[in-house]
Amino acid sequence: MATVLLPRSLLTLFPGVDRRHEVAPGTVGSALEELDRTIPGLRDRLVEPGPRLRPHINVFVDGEPGDLASPVARGSTVHVIPAVSGGSAT
Amino acid sequence: MTTRTQLLVGTPKGIFILESDATRSDWSVRGPGCEGWPIHDVIVDPGSGALLAGGGSPWYGPAVFRSEDDGATWTHSSVGLTYGEDGEAIKTVWSLAAGPDGTIYAGVEPAGLFRSSDGGVTWSHVAGLRDHPTRPGWAPGNGGLILHTIVPHPTDTDRAWVGISAVGVFETKDGGATWEPRNSGVRADFNPEPNPVTGQCVHKFAAAAGQPETLYQQNHCGVYRTDDGGEHWDEITPGLPGQFGFPLVTHPRDPDTAWVIPLNGDDKGRYMPEASAGVWRTHDRGTTWLRSGDGLPQEHAYWGVLREAMSRDTLEPVGIAFGTGTGQLWHSADAGLTWNLVTADLPTIWSVESVVRGD
Repeated sequence: MATVLLPRSLLTLFPGVDRRHEVAPGTVGSALEELDRTIPGLRDRLVEPGPRLRPHINVFVDGEPGDLASPVARGSTVHVIPAVSGGSAT
Repeated sequence: MTTRTQLLVGTPKGIFILESDATRSDWSVRGPGCEGWPIHDVIVDPGSGALLAGGGSPWYGPAVFRSEDDGATWTHSSVGLTYGEDGEAIKTVWSLAAGPDGTIYAGVEPAGLFRSSDGGVTWSHVAGLRDHPTRPGWAPGNGGLILHTIVPHPTDTDRAWVGISAVGVFETKDGGATWEPRNSGVRADFNPEPNPVTGQCVHKFAAAAGQPETLYQQNHCGVYRTDDGGEHWDEITPGLPGQFGFPLVTHPRDPDTAWVIPLNGDDKGRYMPEASAGVWRTHDRGTTWLRSGDGLPQEHAYWGVLREAMSRDTLEPVGIAFGTGTGQLWHSADAGLTWNLVTADLPTIWSVESVVRGD
């Protein structure tokens, strides 16, 4: 299994959801789809049409910047982190 | 029965709820709700009494929040709020409205219309609007290419009007399948063609009470009234201190009465005319206008009021509320004759909705 760590600001939208999740190896995209099946609506918050990651959402796979197509190996850790740039509009 | 009054305030830092009784003299403040998301518009779902708040996070995209416990807790959804995998990404929800059959409508950026038959839980695209042949020429206003005004016909579920900046007013008579521009008679001073079919900078419009073919409009270039559902607009600006402003509200029972808040001009700072705050009202369909600044600052008022940031309640006398770009919330319990400062400490106020509840 691989580990996904969700941002704390996202968890406030989904009361009771943990920050850390175990998912099957695959890609970042498949990991988010798997999470969406147990946390409905989660993927919409991170992914926009294309599909692609929303502009101010960053993903790191084992510390390296990634996107939806990035491979996620067994034992990998995926950090989902809102970019500091996202607050500029408000 | 006890009457409760509420002001639902949308801001870049979430929704704030102010509460009073029928006197509307003392207000409590609570918030922010919606997890601090930027909220552009808040309404009450007439079917359930739930609060619905539309907005969008720069990180997490567009959503409509719903609260069934008067704002204590919120759920959110954007299911169906999409133009498809090949379409443009929707940035935010700009406006919400309820139709006579309980359908909830949402206007979004980039401009489009969605509807929900389950109280905002799931949405479907009203594709006919974006299928209009003028859409390739739609251009954004200063606030973006936004669908900011939705006026459902009060009884005919097939009819509705929407306002898009800087495109203009459209009407549907077939439940959203097809739409027609309704901008005849409206000036577009910023356009080489002064009366274009689209390319119009509508700021806000509202229907007259009991007369759905009569609409009042605050435009970038003047104030207008139509008596034929938008087929033609007549300018009613004379008597106001200027043509430029954003909000407009109509009386809940008197079709001849409306309120506007003119600003000093689109290129002069967009604040109160001569920095002296006033709300203007007509009681004769725009033939004449009356100013009230009683209670408002009469000097050094260097603030503006945005398009969704004024509303009225349904009590007698009518209560009027407006919020400023500097976070002041003002209220009048006598239909706009005198004004009181409710609070000066909110974030930039994007929207105000007045609600009367009976417990």
